[in-house]
Amino acid sequence: MLDFVQQLVSGVALGCVYGLIALGFVLVYKATEVVNFAQGDLMMLGGFFAFTFIGMMGLNYWIGFAGAVAAMALFGMLAERVVVRPILGYPQFSIIMATIGLGYFLRSIAGMIWGTDDLKIETPFSQGVLRMGSLVLAYDKLSVIAATMILCALLWLFFNKTTLGTAMRASSENMLAAYYMGIPVKRVVSIVWAISAAVATCAGVLLAPITFIHSNVGLVLGLKAFPAAVLGGFGSIPGAVVGGVLIGVIESMAGFYLAEGWKDVAPYIVLLAVLLLKPEGLFGLHVRKKV
Amino acid sequence: MRFLFKTDYEDDIKLFPHSGYVATYGVLLALLLIAPYLLSSYLMSQLVFVCIYATVGVALLILTGFTGQASLGHAAFLAIGAYTAAYLQKYNVPFPVYFLAAGVLTGIIGAMVGFPALRLTGIYLVIATISFALIVEEILARWESVTNGNEGMRVKTLSLLGVTVPRDSPTFYYLCLAVLVLTIVGTLNLLRSPTGRAFVAIRDSETAARSMGVNVALYKVKSFAISAAITGFAGVLFAHKLSFISPEMFTLQLSIEFIIVILIGGAFSLHGAVLGAIFIVMIDPFLTYLKDDMPGIIAGIAATFGASSATAGNIQSKVAAFASLNGLKGAIYGVIIVLFVLFEPLGLYGRWLKIKLFFQLFPLYKRATFKRQKIYVKSERNR
Repeated sequence: MLDFVQQLVSGVALGCVYGLIALGFVLVYKATEVVNFAQGDLMMLGGFFAFTFIGMMGLNYWIGFAGAVAAMALFGMLAERVVVRPILGYPQFSIIMATIGLGYFLRSIAGMIWGTDDLKIETPFSQGVLRMGSLVLAYDKLSVIAATMILCALLWLFFNKTTLGTAMRASSENMLAAYYMGIPVKRVVSIVWAISAAVATCAGVLLAPITFIHSNVGLVLGLKAFPAAVLGGFGSIPGAVVGGVLIGVIESMAGFYLAEGWKDVAPYIVLLAVLLLKPEGLFGLHVRKKV
Repeated sequence: MRFLFKTDYEDDIKLFPHSGYVATYGVLLALLLIAPYLLSSYLMSQLVFVCIYATVGVALLILTGFTGQASLGHAAFLAIGAYTAAYLQKYNVPFPVYFLAAGVLTGIIGAMVGFPALRLTGIYLVIATISFALIVEEILARWESVTNGNEGMRVKTLSLLGVTVPRDSPTFYYLCLAVLVLTIVGTLNLLRSPTGRAFVAIRDSETAARSMGVNVALYKVKSFAISAAITGFAGVLFAHKLSFISPEMFTLQLSIEFIIVILIGGAFSLHGAVLGAIFIVMIDPFLTYLKDDMPGIIAGIAATFGASSATAGNIQSKVAAFASLNGLKGAIYGVIIVLFVLFEPLGLYGRWLKIKLFFQLFPLYKRATFKRQKIYVKSERNR
């Protein structure tokens, strides 16, 4: 039983990271119906930025964290401006390829700048543990869970309660109509990319104590975030996090209870099952296809 | 400029629309046939890879280019073909048999993937094919009694009708070339048949195709099966060329490379698959060449512009250090993909058509001829 709870908590913590990356997918998807295959790499880059600010320049953890988020938000805008905006409105597949190209580029640039070693960020909560009876929970894992919940709530409020959020939802429904209604669609898309890069950075920094940062971390985790986003129903903010947590728990349970090898494929088997049985996901909207 | 007058449907679907085609492709084929006597053994080896990649490219074009179903899982089909060959070879099955068996098995698996994929479109299909490829990769690593796990499998030298064909012999090259040419001719024939027309109809509008009486589900599964089978054939040749296969060769990276083949070549014509394959295979030797010679050239240019020999040497060593940076290749790959998507969406073959049209119409060429129509995104959720 104790093992089960330990596995559950580490699964939830890992799942929250998947959820945060999936949140990035969902944000961009909600606003532009584009899937950003470089989302994981934005996370990796955010982690490296934070490492530069905290580990190399010796800034305070929170200042470094905020600095990395701000820098990555700007970077997200830049990436959108250079790579995505010129082809916005063209077939989805071109944009997918463009973001795959962006991912390649970011991975190798990061490898050139920061080397190929695993890097570690010292955090205020990387040491302690929370003891509840015989249950031992590490603070770094709990911090990931807490931060994810807060971010998720904030983003949900932002999308559903603010004017800007409404504008984003409108441009995701129909860009042309949103434009006619006076919404500056290009700026909206640019802001969405900034937010999703910022969320990715949060994931990267929170992940740093758990799995370390290296230039390929984004690819590995980014691929795991797809099942999360699909399970939650691509396009739903709480869905992404719930999906992420489910995938994380499934993965960690499969690693503990099933034979070796299942751990890596379990998320994808779940993904295929979801796509076959309930393609709209857990929280997706069921809509009929119009002709 | 030549004007083709078509008076009936037979004219429209001719394999060679006019005599120019016969002449140019005849010359090209002749050049390819004498290539082993002209090129170095390294270039010949690269040419074999071009043939294999182009075969996969054609397979992917049938699925992605002509049926409109994106796939990022073709490395898995290639792996299944390669492993079938390696496994059957252990039991002394002759080459023609396991070659066909690999194609048939891969085709069946392709149909099995295509069947669930019927319900998926766009991004979901891409994600599903990625998952399929990742699962296959894991199975290859774990199913040790058949695949020998991560240790990989050795592939014995090909023996055809009692004659051994080493992987760097001209005969092996001719075999790959024959497979490629047969695939291309077969695909051309497929595309002008009712099946091919149905594929294109599905790509252009599924709804319209369905209302014209096209059985969308059947043709999508067919397209998956054909594409997978061709990739399986290519997998057998791939296994023989490498003479050793292991799961880490068939990663997502390879699937992306195949997509890059048709993206860079041009996803609307079979020419694209071949041009893209040449590009992808030749980029490696080209980068090595740049790495070795570029520093000297740049230093030479600097010297001609009046830099002192010390500065020139300095520049040379700096450029050399930059060129040998780890991971430069990945960055170049990424930049190439992005540049092609942004500025040359029709690929190399599109560029060739533009250049050709420029000279045909000179001085009346308009850039707008090839301008893409912007389609403003409407939500898929309401479509």
